[in-house]
Amino acid sequence: MATVSLDGVRKSFGKTPVIHGVDIDIADGEFIVIVGPSGCGKSTLLRMVAGLETVTDGEVRIDGERVNDKEPMDRDIAMVFQNYALYPHMSVFDNMAYGLKIAKTPKPEIEERVRTAATMLQLDPYLARKPRELSGGQRQRVAMGRAIVRKPAVFLFDEPLSNLDAKLRVQMRLEIKQLQRQLGITALYVTHDQVEAMTLADRMVVMNAGRADQIGAPLQVYADPRTEFVAGFIGSPPTNFIDPAALGGQGARMGIRPEHLALCPLPEARVAARVLDAEPLGAETLIHTRLPSGCLVTVRQDGAAPIPDAGAEVGLSWRAGDEMRFDAGGRRL
Amino acid sequence: MEKRVRFKGIWLPLLLVLPQIVITAVFFFYPAGQAIWQSLFIPDPFGLSKQFVGLGNFEFLLSDRYYRASFITTAVFSTLVTVVSMGVALWLAVLADRLIKGSGTYRTLLIWPYAVAPAVAGVLWLFMFNTRVGVVTWYLGLLGYDWNHVLNGEEAMGLVVIASAWGRISYNFLFFLAGLQAIPRSVIEAAAIDGAAFWTRFRTIVFPLLSPTTFFLLVVNIVYAFFETFGVIHTITSGGPQQATTILVYKVYADGFVGQDLGSSAAQSVILLVVVSILTIVQFRYIERRVHY
Repeated sequence: MATVSLDGVRKSFGKTPVIHGVDIDIADGEFIVIVGPSGCGKSTLLRMVAGLETVTDGEVRIDGERVNDKEPMDRDIAMVFQNYALYPHMSVFDNMAYGLKIAKTPKPEIEERVRTAATMLQLDPYLARKPRELSGGQRQRVAMGRAIVRKPAVFLFDEPLSNLDAKLRVQMRLEIKQLQRQLGITALYVTHDQVEAMTLADRMVVMNAGRADQIGAPLQVYADPRTEFVAGFIGSPPTNFIDPAALGGQGARMGIRPEHLALCPLPEARVAARVLDAEPLGAETLIHTRLPSGCLVTVRQDGAAPIPDAGAEVGLSWRAGDEMRFDAGGRRL
Repeated sequence: MEKRVRFKGIWLPLLLVLPQIVITAVFFFYPAGQAIWQSLFIPDPFGLSKQFVGLGNFEFLLSDRYYRASFITTAVFSTLVTVVSMGVALWLAVLADRLIKGSGTYRTLLIWPYAVAPAVAGVLWLFMFNTRVGVVTWYLGLLGYDWNHVLNGEEAMGLVVIASAWGRISYNFLFFLAGLQAIPRSVIEAAAIDGAAFWTRFRTIVFPLLSPTTFFLLVVNIVYAFFETFGVIHTITSGGPQQATTILVYKVYADGFVGQDLGSSAAQSVILLVVVSILTIVQFRYIERRVHY
């Protein structure tokens, strides 16, 4: 149980700065997801909290205590790696017990804690197996188990689900969330998958090129993105960006989400567009259109609604206030 | 789906394995067969006639005090060479693995000694430890130590072990370094987060994961110590003083080509062949089982 705070944290590899000052305050028991495209520095940030990378500037505090110069083992954290990083020569039991053995925990207590964690993760039948004899999902659980048994103050997750297939990912996502709730341990979770971020996070940090563009509850970030990058990154299919010159109004760029657009008869339209293609997905249909200015715009409509033919001229409309306007620097106006 | 390639006829596959078979036949089966054949005879000193003695050569050898002593010498020598060369190589590899700057130079320099032929390495070390003009001998003299491997059997053993292990360190270093770099970084990091300090990590994670490499090197180095160190011993001590460094393979040479006892020499080759075969089988049977994953 602990709070974590990052205070003006910077990181450079040699002369190349990769993280340009990040401030995050994480409350006790909170689930924070850091999300961003690859190369945005999210994993580096997590590794700095873990103590696997040095902090170039700024301060990392766990439970109010500065940990910049502490070894990973002295930070009271546990980490789940993308490739699980299980010890290949040890059984599942030994993998989970490793940290406790090093901490010289009494044998009966090790036994009890590993058994409890194994039951929680449905690993009981596999305790004697080696990692190579397990499926991807089971290995993932062992990695989780290894983190749980030590009862750390903070959980760190580095893209733990990205090596799993889609179905398993959804299942493990739910399990991680439940487990974290149940144990009440502060968690810091890194992912490039916005769905994971939206579903897991109490609050999410959207990172872009070494900066935290926005920190907030998932729905709040979705509804009110502070930058053009956040608007484009969060939401699926992604926000349409239009050059607003053709439409009037202020700002250098205008964004409108596909789900906020609707097809309408031409006279009622805010803008006319030509249909390029339609993708019926069952519950919904994505209609790809092109504006006279050349911008591509995707419209999401209900699966039951009539689908226009390719090449047809259609009108697009949206409710006033649904459009998001940004200045030339990408900041929300 | 059959993944292996299947040949229709017999001639192409035969042609493809022929070079290997020819080399093995010419350089192994033929000499080995000759040795076994010769070990059953005692030729006269001029090589004009020979007398069949059955297993007489073997009987004589096994009751020979000097031959039995040579077994112990070989055991001590090969154990020391293997332990020293692998131990130092592992230590250097662990250091090189942690190195970030200048690791290329460091590695290249460490690999060089491998290119030095054993006999040349022997001469190099002989000069350094020469009892009259050797640099090391002189410095040891300043420290009050009177080095004389020509008279002192233990010092002679020490010197041939150092000279034999030296060139071997490079070879072992390469394999250990490759082995270390094949261990995923995240596994080491996970251990660090789990609370294992450097030495604990090495003992419980790195060394066990390195065990396939270690096992391979163990086999290769013991075979090396048994056979390929001939050049080193020949140049430095010629098996002396008082046979203190006469390992089995050197005795094969000394008895056969110096002592002209070709029958005994052939019998010794056969025994050596059997010993190495047994050692290798034992290693694969019992040690490889303990090698992880």
